Amino acid sequence: MTEKPKFAMYWAASCGGCEIAVLNIHEKILDVDANFDVVFWPVAMDAKYKDVEAMEDGSILLTLFNGGIRNDENEHIAKLLRKKSKILVAFGSCANEGCIPGLANLSDSREIVHTAFNTISTDNPHEIYPMTSYDVPEGEIHIPKILPVLKTLDQVVDVDYYMPGCPPESHQIAAVIDLVVDVLHGKAELPPKGTVIGAGNSTVCDECKRTRNVKTIKSFQRIWGVAPDPSLCLLEQGIPCNGPATRSGCNARCPTAGAQCIGCYGPAEGVADYGARLISAFASVIDAKDPQEIDRILDGLVDPTGQFYRFNLAGSLLKAAVPAWKAESTHEKEKA
Amino acid sequence: MTENNQEKIGVYVCHCGTNIAGVVNVQEVAEWAASKLKHRGVVIAREYKFMCSSLGQELIEKDIKELGLNRVVVAACSPHLHEKTFRTACANAGLNPFLCEMVSIREQVSWVHTDKVAATAKAKAMIAGGVERVRYNSPLEPLMVPINPATLVVGGGIAGIQSALEIADAGHHVYMVEREPSIGGHMAQFDKTFPTLDCAACILTPKMVSVGSHPNITLLTWSEVEKVEGYVGNFTVTVRKKARKINEELCTGCGICQEKCPKKVIDNVYEAGLGYRKAIYTPFPQAVPNRPVMDVENCTYYEKGTCKACEKFCPTNAIDFDQQDEILNFEVGNIVLATGYDLFDARRVTNYGYGRLPNVFTSLEVERLTNAAGPTTGNIVLRDGKTVPKAVGIIHCVGSRDRNFNNYCSVICCMQSLKFAHLVHERTGATVYNFYIDMRTAFKDYDEFYQRVLEEGTLFVRGKVAEVSDVPRTEREKGKLIIQVEDTLVGKQRRIPVDMVILSTGLEPRKDAKEVAKLFGISCSVNGWFIEKHPKLDPIATMTEGIYIAGCAQGPKDIPNSVAQGAAASARVLGKIEQKQIALEPIRASVIEEKCSGCRICNGLCPFNAITFHEDRMVTEINPALCQGCGTCVAACPAGAITGTGFSNDQIMAQIEGLLMLNVDQELAVA
Repeated sequence: MTEKPKFAMYWAASCGGCEIAVLNIHEKILDVDANFDVVFWPVAMDAKYKDVEAMEDGSILLTLFNGGIRNDENEHIAKLLRKKSKILVAFGSCANEGCIPGLANLSDSREIVHTAFNTISTDNPHEIYPMTSYDVPEGEIHIPKILPVLKTLDQVVDVDYYMPGCPPESHQIAAVIDLVVDVLHGKAELPPKGTVIGAGNSTVCDECKRTRNVKTIKSFQRIWGVAPDPSLCLLEQGIPCNGPATRSGCNARCPTAGAQCIGCYGPAEGVADYGARLISAFASVIDAKDPQEIDRILDGLVDPTGQFYRFNLAGSLLKAAVPAWKAESTHEKEKA
Repeated sequence: MTENNQEKIGVYVCHCGTNIAGVVNVQEVAEWAASKLKHRGVVIAREYKFMCSSLGQELIEKDIKELGLNRVVVAACSPHLHEKTFRTACANAGLNPFLCEMVSIREQVSWVHTDKVAATAKAKAMIAGGVERVRYNSPLEPLMVPINPATLVVGGGIAGIQSALEIADAGHHVYMVEREPSIGGHMAQFDKTFPTLDCAACILTPKMVSVGSHPNITLLTWSEVEKVEGYVGNFTVTVRKKARKINEELCTGCGICQEKCPKKVIDNVYEAGLGYRKAIYTPFPQAVPNRPVMDVENCTYYEKGTCKACEKFCPTNAIDFDQQDEILNFEVGNIVLATGYDLFDARRVTNYGYGRLPNVFTSLEVERLTNAAGPTTGNIVLRDGKTVPKAVGIIHCVGSRDRNFNNYCSVICCMQSLKFAHLVHERTGATVYNFYIDMRTAFKDYDEFYQRVLEEGTLFVRGKVAEVSDVPRTEREKGKLIIQVEDTLVGKQRRIPVDMVILSTGLEPRKDAKEVAKLFGISCSVNGWFIEKHPKLDPIATMTEGIYIAGCAQGPKDIPNSVAQGAAASARVLGKIEQKQIALEPIRASVIEEKCSGCRICNGLCPFNAITFHEDRMVTEINPALCQGCGTCVAACPAGAITGTGFSNDQIMAQIEGLLMLNVDQELAVA
């Protein structure tokens, strides 16, 4: 091997947790350095977009892309890295399914900006809002323009592999790096395109050690309000655990620690709409026939969107609420 | 098959005479499908006057053979009607029947829309959905399961009795469940039956006795069905046998307990409130089984802790105060529901004064009055028990054909009223008035009976009675009940004073008909009667295979029709039993074991008990013979580990995309 293969990692609309998770693989990070030439990784090293633009198409072997596509800068870099990379991995929940930033799809971008800059939590007496462009003596400068709908990476560009998790578990990242290194040395083969890597193929329940019985739910409890039985399935105790619909791979960390699964590993294989699946599943085991009683039980789920779509809204069937979609269709027309 | 674009889909659009073609531009739809869906695999699209006709079916068969179609979409009526027809046509031509998909452009389009342009557009969208869906259909094979030859008959009225006897006489076992202490139903309360005036008891009791003594009939009276599980051929039934407080084995039905019981109770059921029974009783002398029940709510022992007269005098020590309800489980292959009707509560028509004016009677009360075994030994008298009326008014359609109560005609009331007119006239010589809206005397020998009653001198007033009052306006009206009516033939308001008013009350669905329907997995109509599979062509079957309905539970009807339905239901049951096994629709759910994490959300949901959980492997399994393909578990499975054949995610998503016209050739679609 004359030259080391090139590696890139990028963050779009994300929190930075994915980057930390990568660094959290400890000395394994040295394997990355040993086997790859890190050409672009804004969080770890200085680089300019124009350097990437200057690279030959397909010259980067592996790009881990985290974050959703929230603004035109994200979109531009996603398209750029797609062009420059052989293997593009949607890394972490945001790139896979929108994650927390995706919840903003419940509103249009004006409302998002308004909420951020001028609601009761923000003291903004002069109603000062950010501008997307500004004239300075050196010329006009821009900040990225927010898009009407946050999109997942594969809603914008073609994606080779999916690595879920918020963030992906470090042991899973390490395993994936081992695999890629093995592939480089001809000791293993890459899985088929489109495969979900660094995760299991069933659900969190498969990795959860709690005892499970036939389920009936008489009321939903919030986790701070109860001291759950340490060995019994949380859902059976009325704690709305998303484990039954969530992809395995995390070793059931939260349920093992006594907290419900909130679904950060995304939908299990073959689940078209994570939230709809869970709603249907929870509704099926509600133990009541009287409509008022059912309403009372359901009122125990105080934040249905947060419960069922915390990570998956942008990746769900509906993807966004009507105001966001309307803005999106105007945006599409303008582009055309 | 979907991936390599090998689909050859035939689309067939039915005119259904003018049923569809009157609203949907059928020709345009067919041409559209042929061009705009060509790239989705449609190789031929035809329209035809009646696709379900043999010529229509041959069209499909011919295309399958000649064009090598491997998928068929028929846009016609609801699959309830003709899915089988077209699946069979496909099978005849060598195509797996489950590769045929129906699109309902009659029930869901032409019958519910008037805008022809919009309806035509909708028909196109629905066909696009059908085409997308059928691409994902896979060939399926039915599963054969044996049929349990035993039958459950619910309800021991004349319809149920007829049904039970037919099946039992054919050599198969019948469980008859009746919630009253005796079988016989309403007919056992009647005196004479129209139009022949033969005695109800004389023709009914021999049949009741046959049921009671039939070696093939297990008679469970004072019992109610609590749970039904399973499916056609293999139902498991749970029955609560209410405590009679009598050991039925020891009891000989001698009647001494009833004789000695000191507690008299008004009999609101059998005697319609006109007579008394004891706190331990058989409802009537010819009751089958001839075993009393104890009325624990009125029994002195349960009230005060002493008495036990019945126990002291019982010669066989059959009284058992500690007896508890018994839960019985048994298996049957088919079920006949003959649960009958409730009488309309005449109190609801306040202007007719029933319950307020003593000499206003209901039809059931008059049945008891005219009955020789009734409280007045057959004497028609006023509420005082002795005065013979000199003038009697019979009001038809009480609670029926009345938008304040029930819109439907109760069928039997005209003939019942004529029967009363005859009996009152014959027994009292009174002047009888009949107040009717329309006289409905259809069916054999009925109108002849009407003519006979006319000739006997009964007076007929055509008009709906406004009010029955006891407030006189003239001397002549004093002490009388005055019937205020518009005589529509004369065109005048009339006030007719009478001594007695008979309200010919209509029939209503049983109060608990909805719960019973739910228990057996069938439905009720808007009016509350059980819904038949087809109003004309399948009046005794229901949408749930193996559940049949007979008698008034299906809608108001007279005795001959009830008997005919009872017999017809048993013919259907016997037909099923003769088949020995039944092909179950291969639409059913299955678990993809690798995806199942054993979360157990589905475990308690199956209405057919088809789900078992394997503790050792922590996976759930579905028994394909028990699964009815209802889809409950498929919807509930959060892991997407349960799939339903015929309703896979791929099929449904594709159908939705089709409905949204996402796959239509858009370039051409603008046209």
